[in-house]
Amino acid sequence: MSEFSEELILKAKAIESLLIEKEIVDEDTLDLIVEEYEKNIGPHIGAKIVVRAWKDNEFKNKLLMEPTKTISEMGLIGFSGEHMVILENTSKIHNIVVCTLCSCYPWAILGLPPKWYKSFQYRSRAVIEPKEVLKEFGITLDDEIEIKVWDSNADIRYLVLPQRPNGTEKLNEIELEKLVTRNSMIGTEILTYNAKK
Amino acid sequence: MNGPQDLGGFHGFGKIPYLNKYEPVFDSYWEGRVFSMSFATFIKYFPVDETRYAAEKIKPNIYLNSSYYERWLLALEILLIENNLVTKKEIIDRENQIKKNKKK
Repeated sequence: MSEFSEELILKAKAIESLLIEKEIVDEDTLDLIVEEYEKNIGPHIGAKIVVRAWKDNEFKNKLLMEPTKTISEMGLIGFSGEHMVILENTSKIHNIVVCTLCSCYPWAILGLPPKWYKSFQYRSRAVIEPKEVLKEFGITLDDEIEIKVWDSNADIRYLVLPQRPNGTEKLNEIELEKLVTRNSMIGTEILTYNAKK
Repeated sequence: MNGPQDLGGFHGFGKIPYLNKYEPVFDSYWEGRVFSMSFATFIKYFPVDETRYAAEKIKPNIYLNSSYYERWLLALEILLIENNLVTKKEIIDRENQIKKNKKK
């Protein structure tokens, strides 16, 4: 992914000035949207949902049954999180999420997708050779574990519920939330924990 | 639509890039700007299926050679023109005006 060419910057400038002049959008809104996605919306939101599911079985069951409603009740639903599906990773099943057509992703709870997720490489390969793809992320799964690949679309957004790492029984919510990474909620990372002495 | 966007199962793209853990949300000012212009107009004017369809109308040779936010910008341009919010002529005239002002 290269920098914008001069030609495209010129096009963007022209379109921006026309949109503002015609009052189709206003400049403050443009600033605010960038700021929201740079500062406020990101994987820390998803991490809250994951940790709550780890700690509270009743919540977890509800989350799996009625994900969109449950997340809304936490006040965490927003744009591009309208229809959520939660995929629970277990000792038998490992879920990974892709959007082969573009970049559908649960923006409301993970922020904007990382570059690798939007890359032609990931989009083309995740559905035919997920094991090889996972290896590039440093994950080697036992042969008995079934890998399920979920192809997102504009209507359904997936969130992987990663397995809670061993040795984290004594950690509080904030410490647990720090452990939960973006990639673990897409399925391309398995969480581990090393207790500090 | 059977276009270049339908990448699932394609061979030959190679290893997954950008696996470093940290990256900024937007690589450059204009990526952020293209995102926010698109976001603001999408929620106001265009249903999500229409926005995706616009991205799918980008010609295959351009699609496969462009970056992510470049495609957003091209899709935004298609949507604005198709919905008569902005005309192609207005965009070209404005581009020329910006170029002219820069030279002064």
